[in-house]
Amino acid sequence: MENEMKLEFKSKSSNEAFARITVAAFVSELNPTLEEISDIKTAVSEAVTNSIIHGYEGQDGIIHMNCKIKDRTLEIEIIDYGKGIENIEIAKQPLYTSKPELDRSGMGFTIMENFMDEFKLESIVDVGTKVKMKKTIKEAL
Amino acid sequence: MIVNYEETSRTLTINFDGEIDHHSCGEIATISDDAIKKYLPLKLIFDFKNVKFMDSAGIGMVIGRYKQLMRFGGKAEMVNINNDIKRIFSMVGIFKIIPLVSENAESLANT
Repeated sequence: MENEMKLEFKSKSSNEAFARITVAAFVSELNPTLEEISDIKTAVSEAVTNSIIHGYEGQDGIIHMNCKIKDRTLEIEIIDYGKGIENIEIAKQPLYTSKPELDRSGMGFTIMENFMDEFKLESIVDVGTKVKMKKTIKEAL
Repeated sequence: MIVNYEETSRTLTINFDGEIDHHSCGEIATISDDAIKKYLPLKLIFDFKNVKFMDSAGIGMVIGRYKQLMRFGGKAEMVNINNDIKRIFSMVGIFKIIPLVSENAESLANT
């Protein structure tokens, strides 16, 4: 199976639901289980929320989401052109948050790493941040 | 997101109906904190029965409300959590401070 889609949307918090529902619909042709869908939706929600809160810091910006299906593997890229991450290793630590005053748990990257099969984070300060994730959908029995 | 609450003898139950994410958490926090200030509950029950989705924003939301309760010694617990939500909360060991009670009835029996 092969498929591809690209989406761009404003960095508005209402688009967190839009993004995760869109990816769930895109991957549905692979007949994922409810748990696989939940994993993917949660990981996408975390990445898009990060772009909105941290990348663009609540300001207007555009978020790009590129999705591909190759065989049974879903690839997702979520890209923002916001402020970037100074120290990726610190940012990825469980419970670390740069914005504790916003009731943030600091678990976003940990969830992306745990819920997806592959997770890569690239970021350049004042240029932007790209999250790449992959998940292979198991063949239904 | 719809947030409802009811109070009986200083036990406040907050029900969430919808999806818990960063977008909905602002509204949830405002409504919940108003109810907490109004009733000063000794026990707060978070009811997740009608939650269709939750990401890590739910962790921050629950801990934020718990901090409000701690100011006057209130306690909190959670009920009706499905496996998807449980996995997220378990990652931070939240049930050590806010216990998961399996059934609503059981929680009321313990008051």
